Amino acid sequence: MNVLETRGLAIGYRHRPVGEGIDLTLEADEVLCLLGPNGGGKTTLFRTLLGILPPLAGTARVLGRSLGDWPRAALATRLAYVPQSHAGLFAFTVEEVVLMGRTARLPRFATPSAHDRAVARDCLARLGIDHLAARIYTEISGGERQLALIARALAQEATVLILDEPTASLDFGNQLRVLKEVDALKARGFSILMSTHQPEHALRVADRIALLKAGRMVGQGPRALLTADALAALYGADTAEVAHSLPQLAKA
Amino acid sequence: MKLAGQSTVLRLTVLSAPLLAALLAAFAFGPYPLSPAEALAALWAGPSAESDAATVMWQLRLPRILAGLLVGAALSAAGAAYQGMFRNPLVSPDILGVSAGAGLGAALAIYFGLSLAAVQALAFAGGLLAVAAVVFVAGRVRRHDPVLVLVLAGVAVGTLFGAGISLVKVLADPSVQLPSITFWLLGGLNVVSPGDLVLAAPLVAMGLLPMALLRWRVNLLSLSDEEAAALGVNVARLRSTLIVSATLVTAAAVSIAGVVGWIGLVVPHAVRLLVGPEFSRLLPASLLLGGGFLVAADTLARSAAAIELPLGILTALVGAPVFLWLLARPGRGGT
Repeated sequence: MNVLETRGLAIGYRHRPVGEGIDLTLEADEVLCLLGPNGGGKTTLFRTLLGILPPLAGTARVLGRSLGDWPRAALATRLAYVPQSHAGLFAFTVEEVVLMGRTARLPRFATPSAHDRAVARDCLARLGIDHLAARIYTEISGGERQLALIARALAQEATVLILDEPTASLDFGNQLRVLKEVDALKARGFSILMSTHQPEHALRVADRIALLKAGRMVGQGPRALLTADALAALYGADTAEVAHSLPQLAKA
Repeated sequence: MKLAGQSTVLRLTVLSAPLLAALLAAFAFGPYPLSPAEALAALWAGPSAESDAATVMWQLRLPRILAGLLVGAALSAAGAAYQGMFRNPLVSPDILGVSAGAGLGAALAIYFGLSLAAVQALAFAGGLLAVAAVVFVAGRVRRHDPVLVLVLAGVAVGTLFGAGISLVKVLADPSVQLPSITFWLLGGLNVVSPGDLVLAAPLVAMGLLPMALLRWRVNLLSLSDEEAAALGVNVARLRSTLIVSATLVTAAAVSIAGVVGWIGLVVPHAVRLLVGPEFSRLLPASLLLGGGFLVAADTLARSAAAIELPLGILTALVGAPVFLWLLARPGRGGT
């Protein structure tokens, strides 16, 4: 069974469709990297897959069940979302931020229990940031915040992860750290859909890639699909220039 | 002092100390001064004891102190909830226009000579109308910083409802209705009767109950809507529930004490500095410190000068500078 599957999916807002005819498949235990220019519909597609925007047409299934049939809290125990590292507003501790990942598993009127705290600590430890637990989320570095948000997704105990440009705005060291975690998560049995602007990151972690341009899926398949020609067409760039910048690309 | 990491018992003890000090001062000070020992003796003697001290205590001071606790706790809790649910550290019941909306509803009810229950019902309706207008307008403005847009929309809607209140005053009968509207609008605890308290307290409790029950989930509203939704929260339903609760609490406070400004802004900030932003700690601490703050301010209002100072002047003297400081300081984040 495919973990995520869309067929003929149209995405967007009622008066402003963003994309249509999107067929996307995420298989179990794989990393699928979504690439495409800004404004191409990556964020809108994620919002739709998370059940925040209703599909305009077509179907979207999560673990075989149509998206509209998932109660919000039940979906959050299967599918977790890691947004781009953000500054945060109020001075929550890192542990409190991670505990928010437990919400879908709590009774409506409950606060996190000792067990939830143990899970949160464990998720922080798995990402090697347990020493940050008592620190204030708004005061740690961007890379540390990204890891904390991944820890929060782990605390949901979901098996499917959607990561929105997890390496954007991180320095090189933190990018490598996040990519290493994506590898580790895959090894632990997570199925991962992530968007990225950096083809070399897709080459590094992806099992398959999907190319989204102007709301249409223009390519989907194994990593070898990522050629200089394909990238040049995707971003409207010159093939020779792409090949020069990314010598590790497969030759067309 | 950072209390966030301390045990619950220690935290509540430390937070209760200023409240107890405010209560003791409130029992003792006033035009008829009592020593703390005399004050406690008068309290102990009971309402039917025949001494001047007991009369002052039971007829005058105690209802007023209870009103201060109720109104201060209510406005502070509402402020804490509004700040969290709108992801906006600059809002409060008065800045969002809720107090002015509730004020217009209440002034209309007084103008038409309605009962106190109707005053409260119309105050609630006016408050809800104001917050709905602010949220609607702010939601349609996409070009500007959402934090400032919400504040500006609140100020404009508050001004509009304030104009409505002025209109009611112009139309009111100058000998009967006008004094009671004006008196009440000044914002103060001197007009609160025990009967008012009996009517307002259950409404405040009704509004606080959902906030207390949903205390963990409130935290998630300070994330972006899509993050909160992806974490399993029904964002629209949760936010509406909290808007109605916080507005009910505000309206109940406004309907008995008039528009007491600023406290709903200042207290949640002070409390976040002490216990952090986590709502299950923020709410009880806001209730304790908010009640204590208003009782202390009211004690000052009735004993600092020969005449009684309007309470709203004192809360504005503290609140407006704090607001300016929040606005001007770099980062404009939450405390």
